[in-house]
Amino acid sequence: MTDEEERIRQTREILRGHGGERGKLIPILQEIQARFGYLPREAIKEIAKFMRITEIEVLGVATFYNQFRLNPPGKHPVKVCLGTACHMKGGVNILEAWERRLGIKPGQTTPDRQVSLERVACVGCCAMAPVSVVDEEVQGRVSPTRVDGILLSFELEKEKGEENSK
Amino acid sequence: MTDKAKGRIWQAFEEIRGQALKRWEALKDGKRPHLLVGTATCGRAAGALDVVKTLHDELERHKVEAKLTQVGCMGYCYAEPLVIIEKPGYPPICYGYVTPGIASRLVQDFLLGDDPCLEFALGALEENELIPSIFDQPRFKYETRVLLKNCGYIDPEDIYQYIANGGYGGLAKALAMGREGVIEEVKRSGLRGRGGAGFPTGEKWQICRQAAGEPKYVICNADEGDPGAFMDRAILESEPQSVIEGMIIAGYAVGAAKGYIYVRMEYPLAVERARTALKQAQDLGLLGDDILGSDFSFHAEVMRGSGAFVCGEETAMIRSMEGRRGMPRHRPPYPATHGLWGKPTLINNVKTLASVPQIIHRGAPWFASLGTEQSRGTAVFALAGKVLNTGLVEVPMGTSLRQLIFEVGGGIPKGKRFKAVQIGGPSGGCLPESLLDTAIDFDSLTDVGAMMGSGGMVVMDEDNCMVDAARYFLEFTQRESCGKCTMCRLGTRQMLDVLEDITKGKGKIEDIDLLIELGQDVKKGALCGLGKTAPNPILTTIRYFRDEYEVHIKEGRCPAHYCKELTAYYIIPEKCERSCDACVGSCSVEAISTGKRGIKIIDQEKCVKCGTCLEACPPQYDAIIRLSPKSLVPPSKK
Repeated sequence: MTDEEERIRQTREILRGHGGERGKLIPILQEIQARFGYLPREAIKEIAKFMRITEIEVLGVATFYNQFRLNPPGKHPVKVCLGTACHMKGGVNILEAWERRLGIKPGQTTPDRQVSLERVACVGCCAMAPVSVVDEEVQGRVSPTRVDGILLSFELEKEKGEENSK
Repeated sequence: MTDKAKGRIWQAFEEIRGQALKRWEALKDGKRPHLLVGTATCGRAAGALDVVKTLHDELERHKVEAKLTQVGCMGYCYAEPLVIIEKPGYPPICYGYVTPGIASRLVQDFLLGDDPCLEFALGALEENELIPSIFDQPRFKYETRVLLKNCGYIDPEDIYQYIANGGYGGLAKALAMGREGVIEEVKRSGLRGRGGAGFPTGEKWQICRQAAGEPKYVICNADEGDPGAFMDRAILESEPQSVIEGMIIAGYAVGAAKGYIYVRMEYPLAVERARTALKQAQDLGLLGDDILGSDFSFHAEVMRGSGAFVCGEETAMIRSMEGRRGMPRHRPPYPATHGLWGKPTLINNVKTLASVPQIIHRGAPWFASLGTEQSRGTAVFALAGKVLNTGLVEVPMGTSLRQLIFEVGGGIPKGKRFKAVQIGGPSGGCLPESLLDTAIDFDSLTDVGAMMGSGGMVVMDEDNCMVDAARYFLEFTQRESCGKCTMCRLGTRQMLDVLEDITKGKGKIEDIDLLIELGQDVKKGALCGLGKTAPNPILTTIRYFRDEYEVHIKEGRCPAHYCKELTAYYIIPEKCERSCDACVGSCSVEAISTGKRGIKIIDQEKCVKCGTCLEACPPQYDAIIRLSPKSLVPPSKK
């Protein structure tokens, strides 16, 4: 089975757990994204067929919301909080530090698919500002040097993984 | 309702309550120590889960018989991770800034030995003769905890702990009171919507109850999108049952059959805990069919938002729940009559619903006795930014901003000067020092150009630029504008362009009046709350800090040294210690080099103005300064 066929199979499996009523569209998209990390093209087609709406209708909803992404995320998703408290405490400097080190802009993934960068409005940890969410874990009081440290830990982990696979 | 039916409800409830009390007494039997660790999202960000693990391992290793409970947020976020230890023979003691190292000492020295490690303690949680109580601190003179009463003291994933502390008594009472009775009680309490607008809750319930159409829905608005606000997250993570109980009571009062808790997707822990709580309520028959043996049935589930700020607006939220793009529509008709799937829908904020159980349980007069004439009850704020005691605070309505920031919040860190306080998120305003004595209530805040909002409060000091603050909020609303109406889509874009020019020193003096004019037009013309309030941060900063705008435009100078295009970092050669390399090592872009005779020099081309070197320079030298305008930097002589 090709990757694409496998994704279609898994999408159908998810769809089987839902009714086809319109109110289920967003929960379905959320479940698909939770499974694949993004919304694959073929999944969108399947959803449209299942709900009897056009593909563009599904895409229209998916692209309206910040949560959904149409390309696969990196192995380590990084979300930089730019809420008010984080902004006041230099959140922009943190975002710039990530951008500089990774050489990508928010919404992009590094070419080696290791790290993807996103900006988020507020993760609600304002007392720990400035905050970055790395691998779904909230990191408080981040500084540009801390960014370097986190990236170094990714490197070390990667090296370790490579050694183990040897 | 017949007396017999009422009796059945009470009997069913008393049975559950009896079980809950038994469990609670077993937990607090006074024989074994009981450890509580705050593991809400803010605690986790500070490493609370590592502390839990250490405590668990240490207790096991030393074979200490003790109970370890994960609780929610106590509100002292600045001191996370927090641990409370209740050891027989001692008052309950709260420890702050706990690391795994401290955690293992607490087990070894306090639980095994008898040294309560007071050097790590914030204080005791009750009056005693041994150690000072945390409640002796000035903040507790002002704080009145109603909604946050149990937060941080009970296990959010154990419904029995909530019931043992008075939970679901409100629901049982409400079911016996009858629908009209409940609405009357909520009206008499004077409760106003805590989502920001302050609409009288009882009135909204009445409208929804009288509206024609079946089925009716209740939605709990937990799409807390305002950056800088986290009260709703904390409540859902710490005491989700109070929100659910409030929702069931609301559902009963308006005659709804189905409820939804709409939580933003950025709050995964809140979603998880709300789901667990719903399941537990269902298992006990407090939610579902024939609640507590009455003929009222109500089902509820969690809906996750998808990261669109505008979905906090009720009509946009409904669109999104219907599986469409979350765009608001014109009101009226209001959702109370035409809501989800066109049916009457009651939408209340988390804090509004969480207030309801206590209002019913303790009676409307009790609630009405708190706060002011027009704004009853308490206000919960998320205090953040440049203030010492960041975290959650709850004060009676009518408390002044000054008391909240300086007494409860402990004032501004590092001896800096207070500049402004931002209330109400992107819809609110920035208030200056001269307005610090303004009372916190719905009407006083609106009068000065801010608004109660959902409860975010961000304090700014002399290092924050007001023009940039306005730009920040507008950038946010501009980005989140759904694009439906022209005023919001294009108006905010135009205003943002003008503001960006000003922060870059490219502004014109007539821009200020242009911003005011545009702002007023957007306020008038926009369709929904997002657009109507988007100009507030700009209008208030111009009203109270016009001089800062003028200095940016006329002198190309940012008085707060914040706007990057107008500011430069500079090392004063006379002050530089020369053999110290702290700044060189701290710079993540290698912009600092060592020049002649060891003097450090910043390469202005490379510098990204992140401010790390400023913090790295040891205070005894204090050699790095910020200059604005940039032309003040003397030419370097390498």
